[in-house]
Amino acid sequence: MIDSMDLQVLVLAGGLSYERDVSLRSGRRVLDALRAVGLTASMRDADATLLPYLEADPPDAVVIALHGATGEDGSLRGVLDLCGVPYVGCSSRASRLAWDKPSAKSMLREAGIATPEWVALPHDRFSELGAVAVLDRIAERLGLPLMVKPAQGGSGLGAAVVKEAADLPAAMVGCFAYDSTALVERFVPGADVAVSIVDLGDGPQALPAVEIVARNGVYDYAARYTAGLTTWHTPARLAPEVAASVAAAALAAHNALGLRDLSRVDLIVDAAGQPHVLGVNVSPGMTETSLLPLAVQAGGLDFGKLLAGLVGQAVARASA
Amino acid sequence: MTGTTQDDYTDRYARRVRGMTTSEIRALFAVASRPEVVSLAGGSPYIAALPLDAVGEMLGKLAAEQGTTSLQYGIGQGTIDLRERICEVMSLSGIDGASPDDVVVTVGGQQALDLIARLFLDPGDVVLAEGPTYVGALGVFQAAQAQVRHVAIDADGLIPAALEEAIVAAQGRAKFLYTIPTYQNPAGVTLSEARREEVLDICERHRLLVVEDDPYGMLSFEHDAPRPLRARRREGVFYVSTFSKTFAPGLRVGWVLAPHAVREKLVMANEAAILCPSAFAQAAVTQYLSTMPWREQVKVYREIYRERRDALLSALQDLMPPGTSWTNPAGGLFVWATLPEGLDSKAMMPRAIAARVAYVPGTGFYADGTGGSNMRLNFSFSSPERLREGVRRLSGVMEQELALRAVFGATPTHRRRGPAAADAPGPDLA
Repeated sequence: MIDSMDLQVLVLAGGLSYERDVSLRSGRRVLDALRAVGLTASMRDADATLLPYLEADPPDAVVIALHGATGEDGSLRGVLDLCGVPYVGCSSRASRLAWDKPSAKSMLREAGIATPEWVALPHDRFSELGAVAVLDRIAERLGLPLMVKPAQGGSGLGAAVVKEAADLPAAMVGCFAYDSTALVERFVPGADVAVSIVDLGDGPQALPAVEIVARNGVYDYAARYTAGLTTWHTPARLAPEVAASVAAAALAAHNALGLRDLSRVDLIVDAAGQPHVLGVNVSPGMTETSLLPLAVQAGGLDFGKLLAGLVGQAVARASA
Repeated sequence: MTGTTQDDYTDRYARRVRGMTTSEIRALFAVASRPEVVSLAGGSPYIAALPLDAVGEMLGKLAAEQGTTSLQYGIGQGTIDLRERICEVMSLSGIDGASPDDVVVTVGGQQALDLIARLFLDPGDVVLAEGPTYVGALGVFQAAQAQVRHVAIDADGLIPAALEEAIVAAQGRAKFLYTIPTYQNPAGVTLSEARREEVLDICERHRLLVVEDDPYGMLSFEHDAPRPLRARRREGVFYVSTFSKTFAPGLRVGWVLAPHAVREKLVMANEAAILCPSAFAQAAVTQYLSTMPWREQVKVYREIYRERRDALLSALQDLMPPGTSWTNPAGGLFVWATLPEGLDSKAMMPRAIAARVAYVPGTGFYADGTGGSNMRLNFSFSSPERLREGVRRLSGVMEQELALRAVFGATPTHRRRGPAAADAPGPDLA
């Protein structure tokens, strides 16, 4: 058994993604939580100074609080593997699949997990085939309203709900500003919930679902990160049997995608109580308005102790 | 079963705080501060050009030799020593005979605007301002719950006929004209000599006060700037300026020269807001103006900025896609670009950040969220080579966006509902 209290932990935060600001806030919160439980922790950016630093002064483990591609597409994790530095969270391979929403949705569907109907298209396809023809077909096939979002990315950036076909081109343009591929999904009305999954060595556990009610109906960037614009209900206001099926769906998604240590699964619960998995997050937000810390609290866990446990586990995994 | 908003104060905020939110654009600016990104988005002077060793020595002496006053409280109006120096500085711009009695020292020009707003604006009052205008002023007027109405400008600054029209349309509710007549932020244009008199006449005729913001007047590249409005009228004009661009913004020292009758109220408002401006910062500026070659330093800034402006303009000329136009500033820090038809500077921001270049979308300079077809480009902070590289990246971004728009057709843009600051960077972005 590794005593995590003796470990040196490096928190990675910042990066050059659109979510840099969020990441810095997540990182700071993780850092405080680790220190509060007695670990020696420091924080730095994932920039050109990182690898020399890891070589000169290798930490016992890394906690990745980077959001966006660097933190979530598996590439940085691959580099940490190369450096032999253990890290908390999913493997490089699993991250890559989870990060790409269309890939993740395909795997979920193959595993028999409900996820809204979708089509993913790079912008090139629209120019080749004609935007109007393709958009008409999408609207016809999936029906309105639609959800448009970047195939890769988070924090609601570049995402839009499209209620009328006429608004679809603008939503596509907005989405393509963030990513070269767009995911267009059937919009499933219902309650927005997020289930955080943690695995401290005895199998993945679903923490209580958090229900999201954005004040003006849209859980966009401002609603996510401006305290006061969104009400979070923990636990989600779900009937016990619905809550159980939501937890089961989230666990199934976590397992189907081969995730590890901790993840967050975002779902919609429709009027019939059926959960639909929208996607998963391998580097969930850790800010004061983020869902995972809320769930941890609702689950009666201490955020710092949980992180310390995951750190110890990552170190043990590497030395196994 | 309860929910949390993570902000238990939500229902207790003042009305003027509504609409203050984080924004996607603000999030993108967080990336712009990284060295990998060529930032054309800031408004920072090139402080590295200061003789920092000499300034450091001077500051050390201020503490060691004058610490009992420079580290003590001062009076709300600001020290007489500095106010005298300020009058000398203003006389160089053509404002003669101003009395140190009528000068109030503030925490940057920004706080001068805040004091004027406190004195003159009731909720619902109208402020007329150039469209586009300085985002920080929009923030002040919004906090005062005033309504900003923009007046159109062209290459010669405010259009007098448009001003007259706006005054009439405001039906007596317009309290003042807020204007940056010289090397305007963000547009880089200067109110022409002829129009200066015209604008003043119109305001006088309608009994409209003028708040003249003049942070950049000394940063002229070719010939001296036209004399300030305050140099032409003693009454009805508030003259606001700062040492942020001629010396250093980190000291936060600005001032307002007010009509005599108003000065007392300004001092009281200043005391109510901040007790007194920083004695140390005032002593530093006073010392700098009296013992160091500050006018030479202004020339150094001018030379650097002129070279950078030229670099930016020639890069724009060489690299921008057809249909792009821009202003040709004779001083100051900024160029205002107008994008080819159909492009939206705000919608294009994420693509720009991905290409490692940043600018401020034009929407940050309009109270009503218009301005999507414009962007502000700063040339004071980056080297000529970096500026060119920034424009090269930007033009690539615009080409991509044009191609995309061609595929999807003209798409309507969403107007911002919150404050203009949501679309502009914080003051620390270089």
